[in-house]
Amino acid sequence: MNALRELWQSLTDSLEKLGAVIQFLLRLIANSPRALMRFDLISQQIFNCGALSLVIIMLSGVFVGMVLGLQGYDLLQRFGSEEALGEAAAIGLVKELGPVVTALLFAGRAGTALASELGLMRATDQISAMEMMAVDPIQRVVVPRFLGGVIAMPLLAAVFSVIGIFGAQLVGVQFKGVDAGSFWSQMRASVTLADVNMGIVKSLVFGVACSLIAVYQGYYATPTAEGVGRATTYTVVTSAVVILFLDYLITAAFL
Amino acid sequence: MNQASPIVEIRNLDYAVSNRPIFVGLDIEIQRGLITAVMGPSGTGKTTLLRLITGQVQADSGSIEVAGENLRALSRAKLYVLRRRMGMLFQNGALLTDLSVFENVAFPLREHTNLSERLIRQLVLTKLQAVGLRGAAEMMPAELSGGMSRRVALARAIVMDPELLIYDEPFVGLDPISLGVILRLIRRLNDTLGITSIVVSHDVKEISSVADQVFLLSGGKVVAHGTPSELKSYPSETVKQFVGGLADGPVPFHFPAPDYFGELLSRSGDL
Repeated sequence: MNALRELWQSLTDSLEKLGAVIQFLLRLIANSPRALMRFDLISQQIFNCGALSLVIIMLSGVFVGMVLGLQGYDLLQRFGSEEALGEAAAIGLVKELGPVVTALLFAGRAGTALASELGLMRATDQISAMEMMAVDPIQRVVVPRFLGGVIAMPLLAAVFSVIGIFGAQLVGVQFKGVDAGSFWSQMRASVTLADVNMGIVKSLVFGVACSLIAVYQGYYATPTAEGVGRATTYTVVTSAVVILFLDYLITAAFL
Repeated sequence: MNQASPIVEIRNLDYAVSNRPIFVGLDIEIQRGLITAVMGPSGTGKTTLLRLITGQVQADSGSIEVAGENLRALSRAKLYVLRRRMGMLFQNGALLTDLSVFENVAFPLREHTNLSERLIRQLVLTKLQAVGLRGAAEMMPAELSGGMSRRVALARAIVMDPELLIYDEPFVGLDPISLGVILRLIRRLNDTLGITSIVVSHDVKEISSVADQVFLLSGGKVVAHGTPSELKSYPSETVKQFVGGLADGPVPFHFPAPDYFGELLSRSGDL
């Protein structure tokens, strides 16, 4: 009986938390039009979330592409169709690996930075100081970071996919001897706009989810060293689970 | 607004946190143009009182009027308008760490006005000169000492020319020189700018040298009110203990605990 009650309690707590996050998202969306008027604040955050994540995204992209090239070649040559490697790598990257791995890396690199920055701002009274100066911290600090993350994510995912395709080409064409013409022409012939759209939708949704989780955890972090640490950890863990869950939902909706 | 009317008027205020009462029927009037000190032992809710006066938290019952506005009836937008007439110095300065000293002081001007860059520069440099830190304008907050951070925060608090300036524990952790500088600034800014100052502190000696009137809080109520010299001869054990810095008295030295010997003689597992 006790176990049932605890289960019910944790279920209602989770729903309450979900409601609070959705309410926070609506508040961010309502404040977005005014925040867009000051695009310099957003572009600063696109730089922080996007440009500063580029190295890790490009490095990971090339390695993921190379592994994809190697595994794809190994599988396809069993059926004598290694020329289809370009098509397989591109579809895998654009529709799936690009958005998902980028989002996971984004949560680890930019999400944690956002959460800890906002958490420390709260812990050092910077958020309260803004409120006392009659400046809405949601409008001035949180929304630009949220929008910066949402805009940066699809751009990073695109860079990841492009670099990944070159990684796959490096292994498939240069190392394993797949014909370069077949690699590129099969890719061009089979990757459709719908495939690219699916990747864009995924990375946009992941951008909203990751940025929302990061700014929510940071903004409502307990203002102590332990609280900020916990907010950072929750950002990564929650983002990873939510990304993989949403990935399934979007894939199922498209296919 | 009548100059004689109080700038802050708190009537019959109740406030509790997690069912623990912090204030019970609190009444305070803060007169314009004076430096008012709010004192009391740690944990009496001095900082909470500032948060109530600035509308950061809402009272459970009673009324708080600031500059003629009833805080309980104010919308968020109107509260923000009222806050433009207040300045607050936080305990640690609360400077925005990603902005330079100059930009920190310029922050309220950039957010609330459309002044030209030249005018903003003049205003910021004037305020930094007033706190003696014009030479540190290009430094970042991380490069400042505790005392300097608080002076920059003070420059930021006065940049919009507030009517009411609130200091939360401004002397904590300062060396004697920085402390003397802050004390002098509190007096000078209050008199030259013609503002009202509220200083929350538990440093009896320092605050007595600068305050015009003192409210001593204990147990959620005002236990004494008067000038610093009146407080020294106040006929109350609580006031005597606080002003004299006595270790034991109405505020006991020992936190409530079971019988000492009984606990020493008990087996460790019984604790």
